[in-house]
Amino acid sequence: MSEPRIRVLVAKPGLDGHDRGAKIIARALRDAGMEVVYTGLRQTAEMIVSAAIQEDVDVIGLSILSGAHLHYTTEISRLLQEQGASDILLFLGGIIPTEDVPRLVALGVKGIFTPGASTAQVVSAIRQAVVERH
Amino acid sequence: MKPLDLARQAAQGDRRALAQLLSWVEDDCPEGRAALSALVEPAQPACVIGITGSPGCGKSTLVDALIAHLRQQDLSVAVLAVDPSSPFSGGAILGDRIRMSRHFLDPGVFIRSLASRGSLGGLAPGVPAALRLFGAVGFPWVLIETVGVGQSEIDVAEIADLCALVLSPATGDGIQAFKAGILEVADVVVINKADLDGALELEREVKATLALSSEPPPVLRTVALSGEGVDQLYAVLSQLWTTLRDTGGLQQRRRRRTRYEVAAALRQLASQALAGAEAVFEAVEDGRLSAQAAAERLLAQRHQQG
Ligand SMILES: Nc1nc2c(ncn2[C@@H]2O[C@H](COP(=O)(O)OP(=O)(O)O)[C@@H](O)[C@H]2O)c(=O)[nH]1
Ligand SMILES: [Mg+2]
Repeated sequence: MSEPRIRVLVAKPGLDGHDRGAKIIARALRDAGMEVVYTGLRQTAEMIVSAAIQEDVDVIGLSILSGAHLHYTTEISRLLQEQGASDILLFLGGIIPTEDVPRLVALGVKGIFTPGASTAQVVSAIRQAVVERH
Repeated sequence: MKPLDLARQAAQGDRRALAQLLSWVEDDCPEGRAALSALVEPAQPACVIGITGSPGCGKSTLVDALIAHLRQQDLSVAVLAVDPSSPFSGGAILGDRIRMSRHFLDPGVFIRSLASRGSLGGLAPGVPAALRLFGAVGFPWVLIETVGVGQSEIDVAEIADLCALVLSPATGDGIQAFKAGILEVADVVVINKADLDGALELEREVKATLALSSEPPPVLRTVALSGEGVDQLYAVLSQLWTTLRDTGGLQQRRRRRTRYEVAAALRQLASQALAGAEAVFEAVEDGRLSAQAAAERLLAQRHQQG
């Protein structure tokens, strides 16, 4: 038996209209052997959580450039809790000011990646968080 | 969570439980098998429709439009969207959902993306078990989207009750379909992107080719993006399915699916038996053992290990 595959939902909440970064991450995760469910642009928090539950992912990776990261993270983490899915790990990528980091961590975000981060860092952080969860 | 509890919750409509069960059967773990055996077959079998065709011909968009049509009639629907795993990393990008996002919050729609994993060019190995789950949970309709490359369209035709082959004028599908003989697996041929140039011509070509077969499948035109022609497709699929059910054809197809499932399990046993069999391979090379005898010995050993 091979080890279970890590499944990741990559989503782009909100209205900002480009997903190049999200696609780069999705490809890097695939190349690291993960199964990446890609849901595309303009997702609401409800849509993301519903998709994550149906897809039974281990991880949700959010790409947020619009500055609305606190809003979406709060919403998503609340919905995950409500729907009994708070074991799904949250990761965040985008333009995130350092002063917001403590609040995001308090909301349960497991990893935060700003534009300078390498895809290898993202891959290894996700792997490690999934292993630690079990 | 225990398999039986989870099975009960899923049968009562708990989506998280269903999703977890799907992962178990996909990973083919003992918990998944236990849960499956606890679920009861529904009184009314689900309509299982395979949708196949080359990348970009509009399968996901068509599934989205079919979901909308089914929901208008208050029929709930489960979707399995299968995409190939990378042969290099084993990972996959599963992007079919993007086209179906307007249904994400509809409690009557359940969408699951699957990577094809080990099966060479074929369908994901967990698909038949997933179908059993969806049936037991009570979805009257199940749609399976598979990329029509290699083995997968043949596989989906063996697993589904009915198989719709989607062609589009934009992708130069005509010649390809005729060459590979995939028209033969189709119960319905859909000419999608009928709004584009070349659709009528493609339809004519397809019909001309099909005229040679004894029971040519219906050929329909759709514009999946606008939903045009999808009511017609739905009507044809329901009609064909009802006829199958009433003439005993459905039972034959289910038997074909069971056969496929057992064959897949056999292949898996074989590949497990081959692991670490170097000594046996040497014996075959030295002429001490025939390949046939080696195979029998390996399977027997595998059996002893349980
Ligand atoms: N013009 C036109 N484009 C379509 C139609 N159906 C799908 N498309 C487009 O074709 C592209 C591929 O569609 P998709 O559903 O992802 O194809 P798949 O790879 O077969 O699942 C998308 O850009 C769709 O918007 C149609 O009926 N007409
Ligand atoms: Mg698709």
